[in-house]
Amino acid sequence: MSAQDLQAVVSQVRRDIVRMVHAVNSGHPGGSLGCTEFLVALYFEQMNHNAKSFSMDGVGEDLFFLSNGHISPVIYSVLARAGYFPVEELATFRKINTRLQGHPTTHDNLPGIRIASGSLGQGMSVAIGAAEAKKLNKDNSIVYTLHGDGELQEGQIWEAAMYASAKKVDNLICTVDVNEKQIDGSTDEVLAMGSLRAKFEAFGWHVLSIEQGNDLNAILATLAEAKAATGQGKPICILMHTEMGNGVDFMMGTHKWHGVAPNDEQLASALAQNAETLGDY
Amino acid sequence: MKKYTNTGNKDTRSGFGAGLQELGNENENVVALCADLTGSLKMNAFADEHPERFFQVGIAEANMMGIAAGMTIGGKIPFTGTFANFSTGRVYDQIRQSIAYSGKNVKICASHAGLTLGEDGATHQILEDIGLMKMLPHMVVINPCDYNQTKAATKAIAAYEGPVYLRFGRPSVANFTPADGAGFTIGKADVLTEGSDVTIVATGHLVWEAIQAAEALEAQGISAEVINMHTIKPLDEAAILASVGKTGCVVTAEEHNRHGGLGESVAQVLTTNHPTPQEFVAVNDSFGESGKPAQLMEKYGLNAAAIEAAAKKVMGRK
Repeated sequence: MSAQDLQAVVSQVRRDIVRMVHAVNSGHPGGSLGCTEFLVALYFEQMNHNAKSFSMDGVGEDLFFLSNGHISPVIYSVLARAGYFPVEELATFRKINTRLQGHPTTHDNLPGIRIASGSLGQGMSVAIGAAEAKKLNKDNSIVYTLHGDGELQEGQIWEAAMYASAKKVDNLICTVDVNEKQIDGSTDEVLAMGSLRAKFEAFGWHVLSIEQGNDLNAILATLAEAKAATGQGKPICILMHTEMGNGVDFMMGTHKWHGVAPNDEQLASALAQNAETLGDY
Repeated sequence: MKKYTNTGNKDTRSGFGAGLQELGNENENVVALCADLTGSLKMNAFADEHPERFFQVGIAEANMMGIAAGMTIGGKIPFTGTFANFSTGRVYDQIRQSIAYSGKNVKICASHAGLTLGEDGATHQILEDIGLMKMLPHMVVINPCDYNQTKAATKAIAAYEGPVYLRFGRPSVANFTPADGAGFTIGKADVLTEGSDVTIVATGHLVWEAIQAAEALEAQGISAEVINMHTIKPLDEAAILASVGKTGCVVTAEEHNRHGGLGESVAQVLTTNHPTPQEFVAVNDSFGESGKPAQLMEKYGLNAAAIEAAAKKVMGRK
């Protein structure tokens, strides 16, 4: 897909995100917007995956696990726009009897979702399991994850990080959304984590960085570099520096839009900043 | 009363190890994970024979549960092995979200459950695990009674699709069920002795004690029906109701806290369908402590004598 086409998907996904959270006056727009370019790059360019006939086992396909499940609006939008389920279903987000639960779940058989997430810190372990299963099945596909930087405060992440390098899980690419914000404030204020690069390197990972984590070209280049580094005995970590709320000016530069929906006026402003490219749901 | 013969004491954890070893040879999708307790869980044979399918995760149980959940994506049937405490309480949220809510086909295999762990004391003697696991929607909870049945259960859960908690123990106890596992079906209670005066519903190590109690009661002219309730969830409600329909009273017996255990599940069935006097042979809202297994079972009232006394007491309440 051309850079222009990818950017058009990004614009539409941003619209979906703000419309979804506005409609139910709940949900998490900030992190969703910050990771929009990454997930569009992953699903529309990087991964080998089959949106039209989803199978839980995903044999022969690359897999993605969203560990920070609260940014469900962006994964739902990207999955729908990629063809996993009808875009009209985005209108059911967080409503009674929906398959688009507040946090993603396999419970309702939503195509594209392979694990429940929301309680933080669990996705890396799950991805390691899926990566180990791929090795047993002699399936050379890659397993991807996304984590919040605040999520790295969970201890299970470091159990998983230790395992992945010790056991040479080298078909795994874990990306951390480094937006330096969490619910109560900046990550430095809440619980400073020091150098994430030094930590992952000390844990034996191959570490890459994306300084402009909302730049599609930068993301694509680093994902390609990460893919080329698989199969060499080390798990791969991408530290992706993003702007929370990216693409909606009043949501940027603050942690306050972590879990708050825009009002009618704010929605209009957000939509005015992002063109309808693929048709609103 | 039907007689049962102890063919020689054995530990239930070795039944698990033997079952896992056979599964390793029969089903290439079976994988095993262990958190630095391979010998204690008797998983050595599987690990030695199938090193490519054995995953040593170190002392990191939360990670183990997540990896197990992930391995099901790709068709594997993961068996996790650690002590019961570290299989449940320590990793409850990992099991809840990544395994139970996600509907993953993981077999959580837990040794050293209950007081009979002995000398290590209360930090390792979990008495709350049945309750924790049975509260999770769709989680199957099994507590087999002896070596042969633990081996049979280990093999049976591999053929069942869905999350399972399999609970067993450390001490050598009477081995009396059929060597071929005959009579074990998930969710189907095993009526060991037929009786007319009192029903004894027991699980795990307390089943043999219940048989001893029934023999003592028979010598006193009391006819006890002993039910081996190896599957606590889903509970065989029909077997319970059929039995209390004959006897009119029930004793439940388990190596677990009375809160959250088998007895509570049986009481729920009875109060809903057939209110019946019930006595609970269980730990009375307490932690355990160090000591020899038999000493602990006596101190906490979890043996044949306690079951016999409870049977007489509940008969008086009819």
